[in-house]
Amino acid sequence: MAATATTEAPVFDKKTWMGGVEPMKVSYGKLMMWFFLISDTFTFSALLVTYGLIRFSFQAYDPAIHGEFHFSNLYWPIPEKVYEAVPFLHGVELPLVFVGIMTFILIFSSVTMVLAVEAGHRMDKAAVEKYMLWTILGGLTFLGSQAWEWTHFIHGTEEGSVIREIVNGQWVERTIFGANLTENQYGPPAFADLFFFITGFHGTHVLSGVVLNILIFYRTSFGLYQRRGHYEMVEKVGLYWHFVDLVWVFVFTFFYLV
Amino acid sequence: MADHSSHHHDTEPGVIAEPQTKAIWRTFIILSVLTAFEFLIAFTLHAGFLKTSIFVLMTIVKAFYIVGEFMHLKHEVKSLIWAIILPCIFVVWLLLALLMEGGFIFVAR
Repeated sequence: MAATATTEAPVFDKKTWMGGVEPMKVSYGKLMMWFFLISDTFTFSALLVTYGLIRFSFQAYDPAIHGEFHFSNLYWPIPEKVYEAVPFLHGVELPLVFVGIMTFILIFSSVTMVLAVEAGHRMDKAAVEKYMLWTILGGLTFLGSQAWEWTHFIHGTEEGSVIREIVNGQWVERTIFGANLTENQYGPPAFADLFFFITGFHGTHVLSGVVLNILIFYRTSFGLYQRRGHYEMVEKVGLYWHFVDLVWVFVFTFFYLV
Repeated sequence: MADHSSHHHDTEPGVIAEPQTKAIWRTFIILSVLTAFEFLIAFTLHAGFLKTSIFVLMTIVKAFYIVGEFMHLKHEVKSLIWAIILPCIFVVWLLLALLMEGGFIFVAR
């Protein structure tokens, strides 16, 4: 590829736009990735704003009114009481520990991704491969953790929760375990719905990110980017991967902490 | 960054520059410390305005480091930075408006 595409014959360099100018001094692909990420930001914002609206329209848990915290569909649950299980530690109450581990996994895979981008700048093929593998591993670990958390959430605690409902004009008591889209042992059904939608939509993004990372790893190891002369594809997919990490930072705060 | 052409292989094949990873690890440490701090707050403070504001503040700082350093936005041109940040400010307004709306729905129920 011509390294000096200035005044000579019009060599089409992928990094300059067709008119020979580069708006905002970024390549076409990167700018479009940024605009896609902005639109994706709106989608995730819509989900989180919906969570805020629905949560504020429900009764909040108040120790003065409701006494000791227990799962009830009369008020919105406290997340740290819901997410307190950790794999292999059955029956041990460890609030938010597993979510914390998942957060660190994702942050760390973001770091290995940015290390891969840095290695790409230096045309260090071996280092790009190494860091892409770590990133893929981090993504897969996160997905596995999320699968475990969903399974636990769906199956529920051993005791379950007793709910009262009117069936054929009579009050009936029934114990429900776990949650699905219509029933929820932890609180109002809307809480479970939002959990499935928000973490599910994020998990789908992680999944597609892992698929893209595998593709990039494959093409790196076959030397495509080395032949092309630059590793910009690693940067573009890196932008997407960091965005997925960024969304998790927000989900972690607004779904699990606040 | 602006000068992509410098990444074209003007170095000899086989000669690989030294890694420049100091800033990356620094950002990682900042993100880790902030997350650990959030955990600390989650179990030491009672729910309330102060706790929520600390969480929101920590989240914004973390977002700044991820977008600024990892996604490199801090080092892009100003017009790109604003093209990304401005729309997000309107989202904040949507969030506040609908949180208030949620409060009204609660009262009306």
